[in-house]
Amino acid sequence: MNTAKSLAIEARSLTKSYGDNDVLGGIDIAVPEGSVFSLLGPNGAGKTTTVNILTTLVPADGGEVFVKGRSVTRDADEVRKRIGVTGQFAAVDGLLTGRENLHLMGSLHHLGKAETRRRTEELLERFDLGEAARRPPATYSGGMKRRLDIAMCLMGDPQVIFLDEPTTGLDPSGRRTVWSIIRELVRGGTTVFLTTQYLEEADELADRIAVLDGGKIVAEGTPEQLKRLVPGGHISLRLHRADQVALAAQALSASAFDADQLTVQVASDGSVRALRALLDALDREQIEVDELTVHTPDLDDVFLSLTGRVESAA
Amino acid sequence: MSTLAYTLSDTSTMLRRQLKHMIRYPSLTAIIIGMPVVFLLLFVYVFGGTLGNGLGGDAVAGTAAGGREAYIAYVTPGILVTTIAAAVQGTAIGVAMDMTEGIVDRFRTMSIARVSVLTGHVLGSLIQALLGVTVVLAVAVLVGFRPEASALGWLGLFGTIALIAFGLIWLTVGMGMAAKSVETASNTPMPLLLLPFLGSGFVPTESMPTWLRYFADYQPFTPFIEVTRSLLAGEAVGGEDLALTVGWSLALALIGYAVAKRKFNKR
Ligand SMILES: Nc1ncnc2c1ncn2[C@@H]1O[C@H](COP(=O)(O)OP(=O)(O)OP(=O)(O)O)[C@@H](O)[C@H]1O
Ligand SMILES: [Mg+2]
Repeated sequence: MNTAKSLAIEARSLTKSYGDNDVLGGIDIAVPEGSVFSLLGPNGAGKTTTVNILTTLVPADGGEVFVKGRSVTRDADEVRKRIGVTGQFAAVDGLLTGRENLHLMGSLHHLGKAETRRRTEELLERFDLGEAARRPPATYSGGMKRRLDIAMCLMGDPQVIFLDEPTTGLDPSGRRTVWSIIRELVRGGTTVFLTTQYLEEADELADRIAVLDGGKIVAEGTPEQLKRLVPGGHISLRLHRADQVALAAQALSASAFDADQLTVQVASDGSVRALRALLDALDREQIEVDELTVHTPDLDDVFLSLTGRVESAA
Repeated sequence: MSTLAYTLSDTSTMLRRQLKHMIRYPSLTAIIIGMPVVFLLLFVYVFGGTLGNGLGGDAVAGTAAGGREAYIAYVTPGILVTTIAAAVQGTAIGVAMDMTEGIVDRFRTMSIARVSVLTGHVLGSLIQALLGVTVVLAVAVLVGFRPEASALGWLGLFGTIALIAFGLIWLTVGMGMAAKSVETASNTPMPLLLLPFLGSGFVPTESMPTWLRYFADYQPFTPFIEVTRSLLAGEAVGGEDLALTVGWSLALALIGYAVAKRKFNKR
């Protein structure tokens, strides 16, 4: 086993086809322990397929996957002991009450009666489900069902949790509740693998983001790195003297300038290197600057420019 | 805990889940038990007088004359086996419904004894079938059925009913797993309800045309019914019928188990 110890999830050249539909065309994923990794992609990109493979539900056609150093194919049961999964669609028993659903998980994790009870009440409290615990999920709102779903996946105290679009269909407050739950888990040392269509969500939660499109990872990095990948980033300067505006514009090959407003705009990826070059040029020409702002594109820009799809950002 | 202990523990967890489903959703149980009761009353009170007269002296030992009374004795074993066939209709539906729920995918990502998802259904259905047979038998006694079984015979009867149910339940678990939809799952086990009619359940196979009789004598429900009938009448059970009952039950269970397991792992 030569997988690096510090990786909670590692996938190498993962491929999967359904018939002649090549869903995954060789993707690599590396998620360090205790971090949040977000897989971002439009409808049909293969997010759920990836989650299904990582959680031992579906075998890959090619490639290798290790979760906590265990192979999902050769050591599936060991992997299952360490993960908690909340799928895209509610995975609760509709005929049992909320509390019974959690008890069911406790029994299946062989926690014993007392521990099952204790954890159930704790989770009901934490997820604000106390009042609903005696009702079946059929009577829950979407947000409550989601919370029960996530609570069920935590019953076994997993080290790695997979959340497939955990906030799709939730209102903003429900979304924030789920976000704070995820943050709390991460503080406790849990590794989180999250898929989402919401850029804001990935931006809020993820340490690293991978953008999946057409069966390939088309970009990967921290939210900041990703934002620097696309055109649209620029540096805005406000100069001190009107007579230097034209000079600055020329020296910096500005994309736009306005002598009345004393502003100059320079296209830039916003990286430190680009910034240093810009500052050097300003020094050379002895241009006095009052204000400098770096505009990096937001993730929406990234997403749209990488996947070339408009509807998926909605 | 050992693997076996885990399997037993998970199975009992899944069984408790099934029993709760049964209690929360009692209409299915009611239909499953109600149908054979209706059959029983229909056959005893509507057809019983005429059919009983046609039975012939030796069809039911100990009853000299025909009539309704003789027919109750003849048809009750048939109805009991029909009760099992009715109970397993619910098994296929239950399994197929479960597979459409996300919760089964959750089970599949957990470190549990996988077979317990299916054995939970099997044991739940077994309890349902035994409950059904008990209720139907009680109604039969109320309308005049007088079983002659010895204490040992009752034990044998319980074992026989449980064994037949076991075979048919696993078969329908397989049908439920193989069905693409709940709708399909509610149709595929239907023919099982017809088989007691095409066997010795309601009339002796001797009265059928040769080609039909050939089928009736060799299909599994005829030995099922014959063994049940002998036990209830307190007679010696035919060796061939007993062997066929055990053989068929185990074979059906094996087929169902193999199909179900394959489908469960493939999903
Ligand atoms: N069991 C299956 N059989 C056949 N094709 C499948 C199956 N599961 C997924 N696919 C196909 O794989 C592709 C990716 O599906 P997947 O569900 O992984 O996408 P996704 O990124 O999760 O989409 P969404 O955002 O809508 O949930 C789709 O084209 C889908 O039709
Ligand atoms: Mg999906």
